[in-house]
Amino acid sequence: MSHANPDTDPHTEPLGFWYRYIWSQDHKVIAIQYGITAIAVGLVALVLSNLMRLQIGFPGAFEFIDAASYYQYVTMHGMIMVIYLLTALFLGGFGNYLIPLMLGARDMVFPYLNMLSFWVYLLAVLVLMASFFVPGGPSGAGWTLYPPQSILPGTPGTDWGIVLMLVSLAIFIVAATMGGLNYVTTVLQARTRGMTLMRMPLTVWGIFVASILALLAFPALFVSAVMMLFDKLLGTSFFMPAIVSMGQQLDHAGGSPVLFQHLFWFFGHPEVYIVALPAFGIVSDLISTHARKNIFGYRMMVWAIVVIGGLSFVVWAHHMYVSGMNPYFGYFFATTTLIIAVPTAIKVYNWVLTLWQGDIHLNVPMLFAIGFISTFVIGGLTGLFLGNVSVDIPLSDTYFVVAHFHMVMGVSPILAIFGGIYHWYPKITGRMLDDTLGKLHFWVTFLGTYAIYFPMHYLGFLGMPRRYYAYEGYEFIPASAQDLNAFITVAALIVGVTQLAFLFNLGWSAFRGKPAGANPWGATTLEWQTPQTPPAHGNWGAAVPEVHRWAYDYSVPGAARDFIPQNVAQADDAEADDDRVWEGHA
Amino acid sequence: MALAVALILIVVGSVLFHFVSPWWFTPIASNWVQLDDTILVTLVITAVVFVVVNLFIAWSIVRFRHRPGRKAAFEPENRRLEGWLTIVTSVGIVAMLAPGLYVYSDMISPPRDAAVVEALGQQWQWRFRFPGADGRLGLSDTRFVGNDNPFGLDPDDPDGQDDVLVHNAELRLPVDRPVRFLLRSRDVLHNFYVPQFRAKMDLVPGLVTSFWVTPTQAGRFEILCAELCGVGHSNMRGLVVVEDEAAFRTWLSAQPTFAQSLAGEATAVDDAERGRMLAQTRGCQACHSADGSRGVGPTWQGLFGSARSLADGRTVRADEAYLAQSIRDPAAAIVQGYPPVMPPANLDDAEIAALITYIRSLAAPPSPSDTPAPAAQQ
Repeated sequence: MSHANPDTDPHTEPLGFWYRYIWSQDHKVIAIQYGITAIAVGLVALVLSNLMRLQIGFPGAFEFIDAASYYQYVTMHGMIMVIYLLTALFLGGFGNYLIPLMLGARDMVFPYLNMLSFWVYLLAVLVLMASFFVPGGPSGAGWTLYPPQSILPGTPGTDWGIVLMLVSLAIFIVAATMGGLNYVTTVLQARTRGMTLMRMPLTVWGIFVASILALLAFPALFVSAVMMLFDKLLGTSFFMPAIVSMGQQLDHAGGSPVLFQHLFWFFGHPEVYIVALPAFGIVSDLISTHARKNIFGYRMMVWAIVVIGGLSFVVWAHHMYVSGMNPYFGYFFATTTLIIAVPTAIKVYNWVLTLWQGDIHLNVPMLFAIGFISTFVIGGLTGLFLGNVSVDIPLSDTYFVVAHFHMVMGVSPILAIFGGIYHWYPKITGRMLDDTLGKLHFWVTFLGTYAIYFPMHYLGFLGMPRRYYAYEGYEFIPASAQDLNAFITVAALIVGVTQLAFLFNLGWSAFRGKPAGANPWGATTLEWQTPQTPPAHGNWGAAVPEVHRWAYDYSVPGAARDFIPQNVAQADDAEADDDRVWEGHA
Repeated sequence: MALAVALILIVVGSVLFHFVSPWWFTPIASNWVQLDDTILVTLVITAVVFVVVNLFIAWSIVRFRHRPGRKAAFEPENRRLEGWLTIVTSVGIVAMLAPGLYVYSDMISPPRDAAVVEALGQQWQWRFRFPGADGRLGLSDTRFVGNDNPFGLDPDDPDGQDDVLVHNAELRLPVDRPVRFLLRSRDVLHNFYVPQFRAKMDLVPGLVTSFWVTPTQAGRFEILCAELCGVGHSNMRGLVVVEDEAAFRTWLSAQPTFAQSLAGEATAVDDAERGRMLAQTRGCQACHSADGSRGVGPTWQGLFGSARSLADGRTVRADEAYLAQSIRDPAAAIVQGYPPVMPPANLDDAEIAALITYIRSLAAPPSPSDTPAPAAQQ
């Protein structure tokens, strides 16, 4: 259904600069605001990771990196990357830009709420960044913020840093809730005529299910943040048992640190899929478009997204096998966790089977999409070690875990984001990103991340614990491990610096890039069929498009071109042999 | 094409790396050999999938890359193929999960005859307790914790009187005897981890957690903390010495019981020794070394009487008044180059005097051109 009449839609009135670009209620502008903010704060987190690596690769060589600041880098790097970059960019950035365009809507159903969502997100970012400038600096409790440590002396940032961190998280969740309600409602209510759920592009499916997960999972983090603030500021004991801290008896009694871990991971595990599902969707669409072939097993892909989303709520305690929880939980959570591998594996099979017998154009977005599959496969496979309770025990809290989650939830989603940006940038700006810089960016990032994380698995086998400021004097760690760490650091610095080429490309191509035209990749989905590029406010000019087919009519036998856009009527395609045109599940 | 070559090189490189890597599991020194086998099974299955998927992608890129006139196939789905892939994947998953759960059921079922030892963690050190002659550990509670009772044992519980206390971080265990660890923490989360034993478990304040293991090799193995516990986390070291039963018995009998410890506290020890023990029990040494090596805070070796450059530009002499102030109110004077993270210590005047006497006893080494020793004093 179309949700607004262009004749009466107030959004189509000409607006001044401030209302067009700053206080905008246009989903496309809000998407760009989300994107720029997320990338900017992600850059901070990238620098922090390189500082961290400097200490591990060359311990003691940099005087200013003491133990306290090292743990602050660890904490802020993790929290920024997971929440303020990945979650915000996938849902607030890609979700905002693509949902209305891909569904043939004129905007989100609640444009004002959408604008508010961004400003509240920006506030959350500013509060978090403020913690770098308060006495004692940001929290150094690790991104998991486990109490009692996170609010007791002996950890950096327990005066101001942790309070700002928790407040910022609470604000972020308000923003994510406003955004999430909007995305879910828009998908359910604002699809254009003919756009059935089973004709939606997988990108929208991924973002849709991820938004539902966010709405259900973030409240657990919200309450744990509020409860910890109470413990810290009001002296309650939700998470605080009786404690002797640095020789002093505290007034707390009766609380449970394990309760926090349950709440945290009840949010934290779905969070992995809040990031992964949009990446799954984006990669599916990139692969299909650039291989000029329909996505293999579309219905299975949709059901896999839904099943993974559902299962993601019953696996959380696999993060807690050595936490001291009831050991019998291990059976249940190991079983559910390994079951989730089945729909996940199906997604991987279907991506590679989409490549099979395709017409593969190795454009930059395609390079990143294939890079995603490769890194996601290794990250997913190492998850089978850590999900399987007994196998996890020797590897838990070692560098194997660091390697695993960086591959599966750091590198692979960020490759999907890069692929998505290279793919949709021509629609967003009307210009192509520079190809040479894009290829340089891909090769250094893809090969560099293997150089960084592959060897880390073996440091984990060795038993090197994570979150150590220094490894001096541990006899079970051979001296050669230090050389490996130095190598990893050099690789991380190179990958870090290369991201500047990407940033330069983003800025430069917006003005100097090759004009893209309306549909440079020959894609079928609706966002490429807009009357203007970049699309004007209201997206569709006089009439919203009508959808007649699924999103993947590539290389249809008998068709004149190797793609048929979703808004082309079946009858228009006179040469198509009706019984060979697959209608999805219309 | 370059991408296909890269993927093939990644596969070849990964397999080669596996075989030439000097970084691998430490030689196992416990009964959990099955665990290593399960990891190997998992590694083989996942490595096969990794190799096959990457090579399949590489082959597809070569075989189906765009050439003029090429057209992709149109194949929306293939129920048969998808069905088979689901079945094969499920079989692989079961092949990993079943042995994993089987080993796990052993890991959470300690033998009835397992000996019991308690490990107590605090920022950033270890202590250990054996049940003593009666075979029973006495009750403990945080409210009993004090300088003379770091374990927080109930002084009125008869079961606790004969408990054997190990007041330092060196634990000894008899070889080939199953032992069940009971883990307690006084302050924050910690994790008892001996890489050669494979098993590990968190220490949680307010809970008693446990795991069990049979040490099968005599030797000295490092104990690590594997759960982030503050700035001193990487320095929370311990040692477990596995030896024959006779040597173990001799060592154990030389350790004080709880009753002896309480009585011993009353007997006079010199101030420097009392200061050394305070430095240990209060966790000072996690940040302040006694041997000149750089820690989170300045070393105590050669500290007394030296000139200190402060962060605010002043220079002061580290005399008794300065040290006492720094212990009571650490933020008052921060030495240049160190973070202001030290919590104020809750010590009485006599304790502070003892600590200062101890610091005073740590004179500078004869040669000023020192190479810092790697390990902190135990």
